[in-house]
Amino acid sequence: MRHLLSTADLSRDDALRVLDVSEDMADVATRQVKKLPTLRGTTVVNLFYEDSTRTRISFEAAAKRLSADVINFAAKGSSVSKGESLKDTAQTLAAMGADGIVIRHPSSGAPRVLADSGWVEAGIVNAGDGTHEHPTQALLDAFTMRRRVHGAASRGRDLDGLEVMIVGDILHSRVARSNAWLLRTLGARVTVVAPPTLLPVDLSRLGVAVRYDLDDAIREVRPDVVMMLRIQQERMNEAFFPNAREYAGSWGLGAARFASLPPETIVMHPGPMNRGLEISDEAADSPRSTVRDQVANGVAVRMAVLYLTLAGDREDSL
Amino acid sequence: MSTRTVLSQADITRALTRIAHEILESNRGPDGLVVLGVPTRGVVLADRLGASLSSISGVPVPVGAVDVTMYRDDLRRNPTRASQPTSLPAGGIDGATVVLVDDVLYSGRTVRAALDALSSLGRPRAVRLAVLVDRGHRELPIRADFVGKNLPTSTAERIFVRLAEVDGDELVAIEGGAGDDGRPAAAPETGGAPS
Amino acid sequence: MTTTHLIRAAETVDGTRTDVLVRDGVVVELGPGLSSAGASVVDADGLLLLPGLVDLHTHLREPGGEGSETVLSGSRAAAAGGYTAVNAMANSSPVADTAGVVEQVQALGDRAGYVTVRPIGAVSQGLAGTHLSEIGAMARSRAAVRVFSDDGHCVSDPLLMRRALEYVKGFGGVLAQHAQEPRLTVGAQMNEGALSAELGLGGWPAVAEESIIARDVLLADHVGARLHVCHVSTAGSVEVIRWAKSRGIDVTAEVTPHHLLLTEELVASYDSRYKVNPPLRRQEDVDALRAALADGTVDIVATDHAPHTSEAKCCEWDAAANGMVGLESALSVVHRTMVDTGLLGWADVARVMSIAPAAIGQVAGHGRPLAVGEPAELTLYDRDVTRTFATEHLAGKSRNSPYLGLELPGRVQATFHHGYATVLDGEVVDAPTVARAAETVAARAVLAAGEPASADAEGATSR
Repeated sequence: MRHLLSTADLSRDDALRVLDVSEDMADVATRQVKKLPTLRGTTVVNLFYEDSTRTRISFEAAAKRLSADVINFAAKGSSVSKGESLKDTAQTLAAMGADGIVIRHPSSGAPRVLADSGWVEAGIVNAGDGTHEHPTQALLDAFTMRRRVHGAASRGRDLDGLEVMIVGDILHSRVARSNAWLLRTLGARVTVVAPPTLLPVDLSRLGVAVRYDLDDAIREVRPDVVMMLRIQQERMNEAFFPNAREYAGSWGLGAARFASLPPETIVMHPGPMNRGLEISDEAADSPRSTVRDQVANGVAVRMAVLYLTLAGDREDSL
Repeated sequence: MSTRTVLSQADITRALTRIAHEILESNRGPDGLVVLGVPTRGVVLADRLGASLSSISGVPVPVGAVDVTMYRDDLRRNPTRASQPTSLPAGGIDGATVVLVDDVLYSGRTVRAALDALSSLGRPRAVRLAVLVDRGHRELPIRADFVGKNLPTSTAERIFVRLAEVDGDELVAIEGGAGDDGRPAAAPETGGAPS
Repeated sequence: MTTTHLIRAAETVDGTRTDVLVRDGVVVELGPGLSSAGASVVDADGLLLLPGLVDLHTHLREPGGEGSETVLSGSRAAAAGGYTAVNAMANSSPVADTAGVVEQVQALGDRAGYVTVRPIGAVSQGLAGTHLSEIGAMARSRAAVRVFSDDGHCVSDPLLMRRALEYVKGFGGVLAQHAQEPRLTVGAQMNEGALSAELGLGGWPAVAEESIIARDVLLADHVGARLHVCHVSTAGSVEVIRWAKSRGIDVTAEVTPHHLLLTEELVASYDSRYKVNPPLRRQEDVDALRAALADGTVDIVATDHAPHTSEAKCCEWDAAANGMVGLESALSVVHRTMVDTGLLGWADVARVMSIAPAAIGQVAGHGRPLAVGEPAELTLYDRDVTRTFATEHLAGKSRNSPYLGLELPGRVQATFHHGYATVLDGEVVDAPTVARAAETVAARAVLAAGEPASADAEGATSR
């Protein structure tokens, strides 16, 4: 794969390849020497236009475990905050020899524009663009689900028949979109639950079922996975819902609602969590919560993605 | 294009048995042995060798696999490959005598990558190399300790290794060679990854 | 620059072949086999003769935005597209909300000489939507403004819209509304729908356009004023306008060439050449707009020619400016979407691209019938060629065209303005030549105005 820009572009085979290589990468963390020489001599730039310590550190760890050199380019305080265009920044990075660019940008489509522009030869990995996609998050979520469901026999398996419920601000969530595409490609069924104000007017191209009432949805769908999305404080100022209390009451995974879940259901959250708002301590800290696994798996999955986009002859396009 | 079989199923079995005896003789018994195969067919051979060593010596000999994909020196020249699992037996390899197993030894680069991989998995006391076929043309100073069959070849020829667990049938064959002029010399192997 | 042309064997929109003799800005003779004595001959065999096209909606960017276009370069682009008159929108910098700015724009257009430039005056001061601009002063100025618009912005305050409709009526003008409820389009980047949900781009819902049009036609009805709706883009808007017309409300509407051809699917590439306001919509909307243009619910085609520098477009979608250039390609796009599909005949094209726009904008001297004594504003169009639209076909300063690389039919071979050629043999005539011809015309007008028998000695504007 030449770039990883979206999960919508991944075929089932591509997706499984990423997940299977991730298994081998996860293994590296268990060894004495937690490092592979595979990307030695390669330079990976983390081009982050949005604050995100967690994702950036995850990519940095992944690149370093593959022996790549990492450069962190934070937009705040740099030439970008003084108005340098994406084009000029990209060309500066190319001139400095970047082989891979991991980009997080507030504009949907910016990684696609960068990849199609011809300004750089580097492989582009989308670390989150606007409200569009966050493909490595979806991949690590799928990896986490697969491991919880199939355990040691995960290699080569997809998520056929899995019922996944995504709850929260779907309208503004790139995590929801990337997960919707990938989970369907892997054979899972996706239901989204949110107040109508936080759902796009027309979800037909995402191929998900839509519910407004979380308790009814849990009771009728009996999900295997419940993924809670973070609610941003700004949304309360924009008339999406009246206040935090009402949101938590209807769409938060409080203690009672958590107890109503089927006993095997796992609880996921991309982080960072608003404890007490969309997720309670009971849910977040239970053994059925995968929040810490997701973080650990994130490094392995990002190692796989960096390997697959940067290691080979890069002739094939995605 | 002429193909001739150089090892039959029976030949392969005999070769592996002989190698097992040679290993036990050289190691003065089974102690400390760990057999690790290089995927894909090396793993099959390692399983068989391990079973053979265990049965001859009466002591279970641990078997595992070490994938070399991430350690190859030719990654940039080829499309990206998917990796294969690396699995070490429960006791690890620290202080062990590791017997690396592969089907064909050619340039030696796969074995070099395997040695690199081993060095990040632990510190064996010693590493030995057992191969089913040595076809010559080494590009690195690497030699096999135990060889099933020496097969001098020209670079224009291709070696095919077929093993029941992977391919259904069992044989080692050479394709091409004298009388097939004009064929490209550096044709990639399909029957067994060049070592 | 020659002032006598013989256009030989052109085909008029009703199918008759004729020669046309033009002298001193006027059609002096019509008919077959005219004598070419003293005339420069233009061989129009096989070419279609149209009245010079009139664009009711162009952005010339000058004053203030000369990096992307000037009155001169925009006039050249217009001539290349077969236009002889354009109405220049008021969102320049400074805004065209005073007599001074509109007179300057008109003067620049007259001096350039390629087309008649009719400045549009802003409805509100600074386009801020709070106070009426000096509409009367602009109407009484040398620019004689008759079309008023805050285009780029919506006159969203209902009270201001009512007042503006009433006030403009007093000067015999028309208010052209850019229908976009601002509160429903905060952060809007593309049409709101299934695709915007997929692409993660802020939605611009159709209702934000339709609700304003619905309100405005009712206001226009209530106060007895004329309303013109800019760049209609949705099937719902068409329904509202059709209803309004059926009730006898005095509303006219325009559609852009790009809304007759392109859909939102193009946005999936995040290529900002396709970013425009109002946005590209669905195929159903394209189909409804074509049908509406054919049945007269939508009265005219107007380009909304919106030039932008490459820096303004060559970036991520959110940061890119809205707009497409369209003067040079308009006739070809209408040819492909309306004539080749059988929805319009060439006489209809003349109506929607020349006669009706001239009437709505009160552009004197354009959109006239082909007859002896009429001003020579003429376009010769070759219907039989096909071209892959390319930057070489653009004649303005900017390159932001969504048609680059597309096969489009037809090509303007010649354009005549005030009886002289602004485009000849498919090439735009050079600026100094056209400027000299324009001077000659101006001198002639001054002479005519100074003669004692002249009927319009006072402030004669566009001839």
